[in-house]
Amino acid sequence: MVKLKRKTAASTALLVIGFTLFLLVNEPQSAYAMHIMEGFLPVGWAIFWWAAFIPFFILGVRAIRKMTKEAPELKLMLGLAAAFTFVLSALKIPSVTGSSSHPTGTGLGTVMFGPLPMSVLGSMVLLFQAVLLAHGGLTTLGANAFSMAVAGPAAGYAVYRLLMRSGSKQGIAIFSAAAVADLATYIVTSVQLAVAFPAVEGGILASFMKFGGIFAITQVPLAVSEGLLTVLIWNWLQSFNTDELTILKRRMKGDRV
Amino acid sequence: MSRSAKNIWILAIVVLLAVAPLIFINAEFGGADGAAEEMIQTIAPHYEPWASPLAEVPGETESMLFALQAAIGAGIIGYVIGLFKGKSEKSKQQ
Repeated sequence: MVKLKRKTAASTALLVIGFTLFLLVNEPQSAYAMHIMEGFLPVGWAIFWWAAFIPFFILGVRAIRKMTKEAPELKLMLGLAAAFTFVLSALKIPSVTGSSSHPTGTGLGTVMFGPLPMSVLGSMVLLFQAVLLAHGGLTTLGANAFSMAVAGPAAGYAVYRLLMRSGSKQGIAIFSAAAVADLATYIVTSVQLAVAFPAVEGGILASFMKFGGIFAITQVPLAVSEGLLTVLIWNWLQSFNTDELTILKRRMKGDRV
Repeated sequence: MSRSAKNIWILAIVVLLAVAPLIFINAEFGGADGAAEEMIQTIAPHYEPWASPLAEVPGETESMLFALQAAIGAGIIGYVIGLFKGKSEKSKQQ
């Protein structure tokens, strides 16, 4: 009993020390939003990213149509995944670098349906934010959708499959998928900004370090939060015994590429 | 650990991750969008944004709309979860 208590105390102390160090090391600095602002991509790049995004959007629409035809019960789950993205991308959370950023929320849908349907759900959220909130923009929607609704989910899904295949626990696989989807989104955004605005000295790579270096730190705690929240809602869903969940789980086990 | 205990731990960590920076770090926690603009201006000082948002909403309205976005999402999640709970209890009774 005493041994157990000491163990708990030790791990709590370690946690506190870890947090203190983490917060001391990270001095306040400003970071960069995930969404590229309206007009802040040169015309050529704006068109390029739109062109890169549209095929995935079409594939996404087809994937959703096929899925809802095969299993109409899953429409509810689809709504849930969209709603989760809606909530999470509205939460501007303060982070260790002294600025705020928000999670993406694409992890849940990615794990449940695969990456393609997320290209539709994610871009719906981005459209809402671009039109109503002046957050992101219509000209940059292609680029923003490519990072958040295509690249993020693709990376997250790859991680999920890899971990599940190597026999790790589902909770851990879901956590990692959501966190990676979040981080990948921001990495791709930095790449997009870096190729559009290469630094005079050092070019694209120097630019990438500038855009990516700072907000990578901002985004790490948010990615952890996002992973945890995704696991939380997944656990919540698990506690109910419904047809929808049974069908979903059966589909998640089979290969759906 | 029981499922609900686990969930409480998860929530506690999420809250801690958000609150700790507010307590320990003395900074503005401003919107990050402006900073990105600044960075672009430093790297490419001659760049002129060629489009502007359709409507520039006041800060207060913007936070209302963000709250609205979260509320819509949370409402749908609540509806779906409630529906599942009802269904699941019904099937237990049978």
